[in-house]
Amino acid sequence: MTLLTHAFRGLATLVLTALCLTYVVFWLTHLAPNLEKLARTQGSARMADDAVVTWLANRGYDQPLPVLYGQWLGVLLGSVVTGTDGEVRARCADGAAPATDTPPRCGILQGDWGTSTVLRDDVGQIIATRLALTGKLMGWVLVLMVPGALVMGILAGMREGGRLDRGLSTVSILTTATPEYVSGVVLIAVFATGSFGITWFKGTATAAMDDATFANFTLPVVTIALFGMGYIARMTRASMAEVMTAPYIRTARLKGVRFRDIVLRHALRNALIAPFTVIMLQIPWLLNGVVVVETLFNYKGFGWTLVQAAANNDIDLLLGVSVVSVTVVLATQFLSDVGYALLNPRIRTGAA
Amino acid sequence: MPLDWTGTPGALLNPLLAASVGLWLTLLALRLVAALVAVWRATPVAPGLRRASLWAGRALGLVTCAYVLAGMILPAGTTGIVGGVIARFAPAILTVATVIGLSVGLRRRLGVFGLPFHSTVGTIGAALVLFWVVTALLYGGFGLIATHDPLRPISSLRNALPGSPVPEAGLYPHYLLGGDSLARDVFSRMVAGSVIVLTIAPLATLTAVLVGLSLGLPAGYLGGWTDRVLSFAANLILAFPVILLFYLLVTPEVASSALPPVMAAVLFGAPLAFVAVLVHSRLRTQPGRNALTLAAVLVPLAWLWAAVVSQAGTPVTFLPARLDPLDPDRGLLVVFVAVVFVNAPIVFRIVRGLTLDIRTRDYVAAARTRGETPAYIMLWEVLPNARGPLIVDTCLRIGYTTILLGTLGFFGLGLPPESPDWGSTINEGRKLLLVYVHPALPPAAALLSLVLGLNLLADGLREQSMADR
Repeated sequence: MTLLTHAFRGLATLVLTALCLTYVVFWLTHLAPNLEKLARTQGSARMADDAVVTWLANRGYDQPLPVLYGQWLGVLLGSVVTGTDGEVRARCADGAAPATDTPPRCGILQGDWGTSTVLRDDVGQIIATRLALTGKLMGWVLVLMVPGALVMGILAGMREGGRLDRGLSTVSILTTATPEYVSGVVLIAVFATGSFGITWFKGTATAAMDDATFANFTLPVVTIALFGMGYIARMTRASMAEVMTAPYIRTARLKGVRFRDIVLRHALRNALIAPFTVIMLQIPWLLNGVVVVETLFNYKGFGWTLVQAAANNDIDLLLGVSVVSVTVVLATQFLSDVGYALLNPRIRTGAA
Repeated sequence: MPLDWTGTPGALLNPLLAASVGLWLTLLALRLVAALVAVWRATPVAPGLRRASLWAGRALGLVTCAYVLAGMILPAGTTGIVGGVIARFAPAILTVATVIGLSVGLRRRLGVFGLPFHSTVGTIGAALVLFWVVTALLYGGFGLIATHDPLRPISSLRNALPGSPVPEAGLYPHYLLGGDSLARDVFSRMVAGSVIVLTIAPLATLTAVLVGLSLGLPAGYLGGWTDRVLSFAANLILAFPVILLFYLLVTPEVASSALPPVMAAVLFGAPLAFVAVLVHSRLRTQPGRNALTLAAVLVPLAWLWAAVVSQAGTPVTFLPARLDPLDPDRGLLVVFVAVVFVNAPIVFRIVRGLTLDIRTRDYVAAARTRGETPAYIMLWEVLPNARGPLIVDTCLRIGYTTILLGTLGFFGLGLPPESPDWGSTINEGRKLLLVYVHPALPPAAALLSLVLGLNLLADGLREQSMADR
C-alpha cells in the first residue's frame, strides 16, 4: 500500500515536472527574437518589422503564451485565424483553411507533433526514425559499459585499499576525467587516421546508420561507454566495499567459506542494488555523450537531430526532442526509485 | 629547416624510452593478471613482480627527466619539438617542481594545504593542476611560455606540420606543434586557452557553490515547504538535458534578450546575500561592529555585482558608465550564467543532504538551546562541519565545469569563434581531423590533464579526510 501511494505521488510529481519543463522550452523557443527569426526564414528574409508582426499574427503566434501552449499540448481548441490578408488559417489544418475533417484539437496528446520547418517532415516521423538509430547506438553502449563497469567495480571493491583496487580506481578516474569530445578525438586520431600507423576503424559512423559493422561502429560506442564506465565502476566499488564489511560477510568468513564463494554467493547480490539505480540515473547523462558523439562521428541519430533543431530554432522539432528527452530523464528517475524499492528487501518490507 | 621530434638527445634517449615503456607496461599487465589470480586463489602476490615493476617505473621516470633536462639545458633547435616545448614550459615546470618538492617536505606543517601531499595520487593531481595554474599566470601576467600571438595567422603556415619553420624574421623560429586551419600557432593557442579555462571554471564553480549553499542550507535545515519548493525547482533543472539547456540559453537570439542579465543578477545576488547573512548572524549582538563590517564587505561586493550585471547597450543598464569599468564580454557572461545554472542544483542537493545529516547532531541541539538564530546555526554550526565533503566536491566540480565549458566550445556556443579556449580549439581541429591530426590533439591533451589533475587531487583529499575520522 505504501509502495502504491509512493508510486502514485512519484507519478504526479513526474507529470508536473514534465509540464513545467516543456513550458520552459516552449517559452524559450517562443521568445520574440526567435519568432522574428521564424518569420524571416519562413516568410521572406527582407520583411519589414511591421510585416513580421502581421505575418506572426496571421498565423496565430500573437496569442498569449499559455494559450499557445495549451493548443500545442492539445487541451485547448486549435486556433482558426482570419488573417489581415483575408485568408483563413487553422492550426489543425497545417495552416490551410479548416475543412470538415479538421479535428478541433491537435497537440501532443492527440499524437500530432507538428511539422519541422527545416527538415520539412512530420516531427513524430523524424523522431521515431532518429530515436531508433540512437537506440541501436545506446544498446551497444550498454552491452559494453554495464558488464565492464560492474566487473571493474566488484574486483576493486572486494578488497578495499588493495593493489587491484588502487589500479582499477586510477583507471576509472582516468575515464571519468576524459569527456567524450576528448576521447573521441584521440581515438579517431589514433585508430582511424593512420597518423600512428593504425587504421583499424573508421572515423565516421555515417555508414553505420544503415549497416553497422565492427569497423564503423566501434569508436562511437567505445567513446560513450568509456566516459560512463568510470562512474558506474566507482559506485559499484563503493557499494561492494560496504557490503564486504557487513557482519554477515564476516560470519561467512569465520565459518571458513572460500573467498570466491563469499564474493559470488553472498556479497554480489546485495552489492548490485546501488549500481542498478546508478545505471538508470546514468542514462540521461549518456544523452549528453550521445549528442557529442553523434556530432563528432556524423551519425544522424537523436542527438544530431537535437543539435540541428536547436541551431535552427526549428520550434516544433525542438519541442518534440525536448518532450522525448525529458520523458527519458523522468522515466529513468522513476524506474530507479521503484527498482530500488523493489530490489532492496529493507525498503520492500517497510522495515526501514 | 623543420624540427624533428626529439633532436640530438633523441638518438640516445628514444631507444631507452621505448625499452623502459615496453618493460613497464609488460610488468604492469603481468601484475594485474597476478593480482586477479591471487584474489581468486586467496594467496599473496609474489613480491618480486611488484618490485620489478616499481623499478621499471623508476627507469621510465628517469628517462623522462633526462628529456626534460636535455630540453632545458641544450640550446633550442638541437633538441627537437619535444625539447622546444619543454624549454618553453621551463618556468612553469621549475616552479611546480619547487612548490611540490617543498610541499611534500613540509606537508606536516602545512595543515589543510598539506593534505593532498600525503598520497602519491594527491601529489600528482596537485602537480598537474598547479602546472596549468602557473602556466596561465605566467602567460596571462607576463606573456611567457607562448611562442607566438595566439590570434595572428602566418598565412604560409596553414595546417603546417609540427616543427615547421616560421618564414618571418624576429619571431620564434618554429611553429612547435604546427599551425591550425587558420594558420595560427597551435602551441600558443593551447597556452592562451589555459587562461580562459582557468578563469571561468573556478569562478563559475565558486558562484555555483555559493548559490547551492545559500539555498541548500535552508532547504535542509528548515525542511517543510522551503525544502519542497526548492527541491522541486532543483530537480526541474536537473531533469533538463544539459546540452538542450545550453542550446536554448546560449543561442544568439536568447543571448541578446534580457534573460541572461536577469539570470546573472539573480545568480550573482546569491553570494551577496550569503555574505551579508554570514556577517550579520555572527555580529548581530554587536551593532557597531556589525554595521561597520557589513559596510566594509558589502559595498565593494555590491559595486562588483552591479558592474558585472549592468551593461551598456543592453536591456539591463542601471549603473552610470563612469562607475561601470567592468564590461564582461556578452558571450562570456552567457556562458558563465549557463554553467552556474547547471551546476548550482547539484551543489544544492549535496549541501541539503549534508545539512539533513548534520542538523541531528548534539552541537546543533546545543546551539538551538542557547537560543541562536537559524541563520547562525546554518552558517556557523552546520557549514563548518560540512566543509570536508564540500571541498572535495568543489575540486571535482571545477573539473566538471571545465568539461562543460569544453562542451560549449565544442558546439561553438557562446564564446567568440576565434577564442583559443580548449573546447573551441578541439571543435575547430576535429573538422579536419581525418586529414590533419595535430591541431586537435594538444588542446585535448591539455583539457584531459587538467581535469585528471583535479580528479586525482579530489581523490587524494577524500582519502585523507576519510583517514582523519
